[in-house]
This record gives sequence, C-alpha cells and structure tokens, in this order.
Amino acid sequence: MKILVTGASGLLAREVVRKLRSSKHEIVGIDARPWSDAPAGVKIHVVDVRKRAAEDVFRRFRPEAVIHMATVTHLREKSPERYRINLGGTSAVFDHAEAHGAKHVIFVGRHTFYGAASDSPLYHKEHEPPIGAHAFPELADLVAADLYACTALWRIPQIKACVLRVCYTLGPSRHGTLAAYLNPRRVPTVMGFDPLFQFMHEDDVARAITTALEKRLHGVYNVAGPPPLPLATLIRAVGHSPMPIPEPLLRFAFGRFGLPLLPPGAVTHLKYPVVIDASSFKAATGFEHRYDERQTIDSFRAALDSEA
Amino acid sequence: MMDDVRARVDRLALPWNAYGSDPYGISKRDLVWFFAAATFLYRDYFRVRAIGTEHVPSHGRAMLVGNHSGGIALDALIVIAAMFLEKDPPRLAQGMAEKFLAKTPFASRLTNRLGHLTGLPEHVVQMLEAERLVLVFPEGARGTAKLFWDRDSLVHFGTGFMRLALQTRSPVVPFGFVGGGEAIPTIANSYKLGRLLGAPYVPFTPWIAPVPLPVRLEVRFGSAMRFEGNGNEDDATIEEKVEEVKRRIAALVAEGRRSLRVA
Repeated sequence: MKILVTGASGLLAREVVRKLRSSKHEIVGIDARPWSDAPAGVKIHVVDVRKRAAEDVFRRFRPEAVIHMATVTHLREKSPERYRINLGGTSAVFDHAEAHGAKHVIFVGRHTFYGAASDSPLYHKEHEPPIGAHAFPELADLVAADLYACTALWRIPQIKACVLRVCYTLGPSRHGTLAAYLNPRRVPTVMGFDPLFQFMHEDDVARAITTALEKRLHGVYNVAGPPPLPLATLIRAVGHSPMPIPEPLLRFAFGRFGLPLLPPGAVTHLKYPVVIDASSFKAATGFEHRYDERQTIDSFRAALDSEA
Repeated sequence: MMDDVRARVDRLALPWNAYGSDPYGISKRDLVWFFAAATFLYRDYFRVRAIGTEHVPSHGRAMLVGNHSGGIALDALIVIAAMFLEKDPPRLAQGMAEKFLAKTPFASRLTNRLGHLTGLPEHVVQMLEAERLVLVFPEGARGTAKLFWDRDSLVHFGTGFMRLALQTRSPVVPFGFVGGGEAIPTIANSYKLGRLLGAPYVPFTPWIAPVPLPVRLEVRFGSAMRFEGNGNEDDATIEEKVEEVKRRIAALVAEGRRSLRVA
C-alpha cells in the first residue's frame, strides 16, 4: 500500500515508518525536519505540511493512506504558532487527502484532549467533550485539531477517517512529553496531589498506529496500554525522586531554579489525572499491548542509567 | 496488629499491579497505615458495634446506603472499618468523596489512594461494574451538617444513587448509623469560614474543634434491597424507591438508638 506519513522525522513517527516499511509498504514522509538515516526506500520530503510543495507530494505520490503525525506537542513553540501549525496543518492534510484520492486518514492525537480537572472522571470514553481547554489554553490547538479531524468523519464520506487519542508514550528513546518531564533527578510535583498517569511503551504506540492502519479503522478511539500509576510511584520507579512544591510557588518556579519552563496550565495536569478507557480500540482491532507498566518503566530507566 | 492488618489488606479482592496500585490508584501501602489507624479507632477508641454485616454480599457489586451522623464523615470511616474488620474475607468499601476534597491538597491524594474517588456518577458506575462495594450517603454534605439535636433525623435524600443502582443492577444494602452526633456534637456550622477554606462548611463543637469523644457507636445493616428497573424511570417512580430506602434507614437508626440506650 502507498502510505504518506506527515511529521515522519519525529521519533515516534520514525518507529511507525520502520514498522510499515518492514511490512513492505511503500512509504513517503513529509517533515520540516530532515531524517538523514531514513530506511532505504523511504523518501522524506523536507517541507512544511502547510506549504504548496507538500500538496505536490500528495499529487505525485497519490497515497492510499495518510498518517498525520505532524502536530507540535512540546510547549517551546509559542501558542499562536502552534495553533497555526496544528490546526492549519491538520486541515491541509485532510484537504489534500480528499483532493488526491486517499482512502484512509489517521490523525494521531493526544489523550490530553479530555483535559484535567478536579471534577472530571477517570477512564474517559470517546464521546466525552474536552473540558480542559480553559485551564490549559496552550493545549487548545490540539483540542481544535482533534475536533477538526473528527469533522472529516461526516464531511468526507469517501475517506475512512480515524482519530486516535493516545496516552503518554515512554520508552528507551527518552522522547516525548512525559519522558522530558521525568528526566531531571528531582521531578517537581504539586504538593498534596498525586494524580494517576497513563503511559504506554513507545513500541506499543507505534504498533497501535500501524494496527489502526491495517484494520482500516474508522472513527474515534482512545489508545492506551497498561493501567495508570500514581505520579509519585512512577517517578520513584524510574529511579528519581518527587520534589513536592506548593502550588503557588510552583507556578512561579517554572523556568527558574533548573525547573522546566512550563505554562501555568501544565499545573492542572500535575494535580488531576487524564485517564482514558481504550476498550473500544481493543475491541475493534484486537490490539494487545506487549509491554506492561514495569517493562515500560524499566526500558526508560535503563536508557536513563546508560546516559548517566 | 500491623501484621494482622497487612494480612487482611492482602486478602482484599483488588487487582494489584507490581507497584501495589490498582487501576483506580488505590495504594496497598496507604491502605495498611489507614486501616491500622482505623482499627484502633474502631476497636479501642469508639467501641463500635456492627450488626447485620452478613447482609453485605461477600463479593460482587453492592451499594451501601446510609445516614450521616456527626459533623465530619466519621460514619464513613467506621463503615469502611467495619467492612474491613467484620467481613471475611475483608471488603474495601469505597466512598464517594465530596468534590471540594479533590481540589484540597493532601485530602485529594489521601482520598484517591484509599479508593474514595470524587463523587461523580461515572465513578459509581465504574466501581459497581468492577464488582466493588460502593458507600453512598444520599444526604450528602447536608447530612454531615446536622446539628446535635437533629442527629438522628434524616434530611433530603438525593435520588442519583437509585438511578445508578438500577442502571448497574446492584443491590442496595441500607444501614443506620447512631452515635456520631454524640461523638462530634455540632452546635453550629460556619458556612462563611467554609467558603474561605473551600469546604461546604466548618462544624463547631462545645470544645470548638470537631475532635470526636470516645463514645459507643453503632452501625446496623439491613437486608439487601433489589429494585426492578433500568434507571430511566421518571422522577416520581425513582423517588418512591428512594423513599422506601429512606424508611428502612430511618427504622435502622431508630433500632440502633434504642439498643444504644440499653447498652
């Protein structure tokens, strides 16, 4: 099958590309960042997905399936720019997919879509609305991109559209939002709060994405693996120690004293859990995670230790 | 005693992972210290009498529904301890925490680690479908706010619990709790101070703080009630069923009051 992967140079996307390549699919990638040692036979077009040259890749390659992974999730990018990349990029990908005959589009979104709040339930199901955007405006673009991707379900009936809301990834690459947060020896937490954190081995996440492609999955699905763990337990399990800071101080301390620079909204995600129910995905695809919580943590920890 | 508590925690039918945590964040380690303290309060401090615990199913879903008695949720603590100490194998009763607790530092962590999730209908359904034992006080915060002279009365019952019991086909085990009003005799509630602290109210006793007296407490369970329906009935039908539960609880409270006088 001819598959186009946007954001193909990202670490998770690279794993997806490798897996697809090993099952003999024909792959083309689009990414503004280069991927110098891409697998043989995988052509990476270094171009912004919102630019005209990107449409030309669609036009010439005519992919049967598109996996859209070109969303910016890190918070270094300023919000207005993220908004343009994430929402503008998503709308461009669906437009091009429609115009150039793709049959299946997978949008890889995040479980943080549901938002963290004191009165939000555990184990969100797919029909639930996003509630966290007001508390964490920096995530509003991802919520908007997710909802926009969902419109393709009724807007473009000839395309099987699939929106995946994937929990945090963790693993030996030490890449991703959660890995970056857990990286310092003393991990800042909000004093008096210990939310559940849901994570999945990066290899399982990549396999979940390729499974969604192989099964021609259509609809909105939460993707998760092992059950979540309390944050302090997770921090200790990776061999680091939680550093509880009273909330008013923490908001002030972000970006100072060696702490990561996080927007104030990030604090809600350190106070309240975002936990998803992935039973629909498992029922629709038969997917089972291969790494349990301990193996996932140990693989991350081993990578940390080899660095140290 | 710690070994005994630890052994009982080990016998709780919960799906622990390698880190001693269940899928809802209940922590085995926290249960041990909590039940060690609760056992002392239950056996030595209050001299609790629990009657009719055989009416609580030994396994599978059930909803414990009872009255509030006393200015803080002492009754919840005692019922949870009774299920842990009197049932064999022990059961973990999971309360539904007042929403303000989820926003309160330390209280948030504590309630979550002990299995008392934020009081949301979704959580009640999730717990019952996971075949757990859920503890519900349909009087809500209005119930703990009862003053000393109203301690054995029942205030308005919410109806949400009945719809959830019907929807999940769970038996309702009614219980009446007496003595909480004597342990923490509330003479006034400050709603202003409560607002300031982010709580519904702050109770005052003759000795100001709601520190409980070591009095006798009694919790009396009635036989399980099973209701027909799917939870989509109109309000009047649901209210009838709720009234039935409320009458049973009122009778259990009255019985408990009589036996407490004799004792």
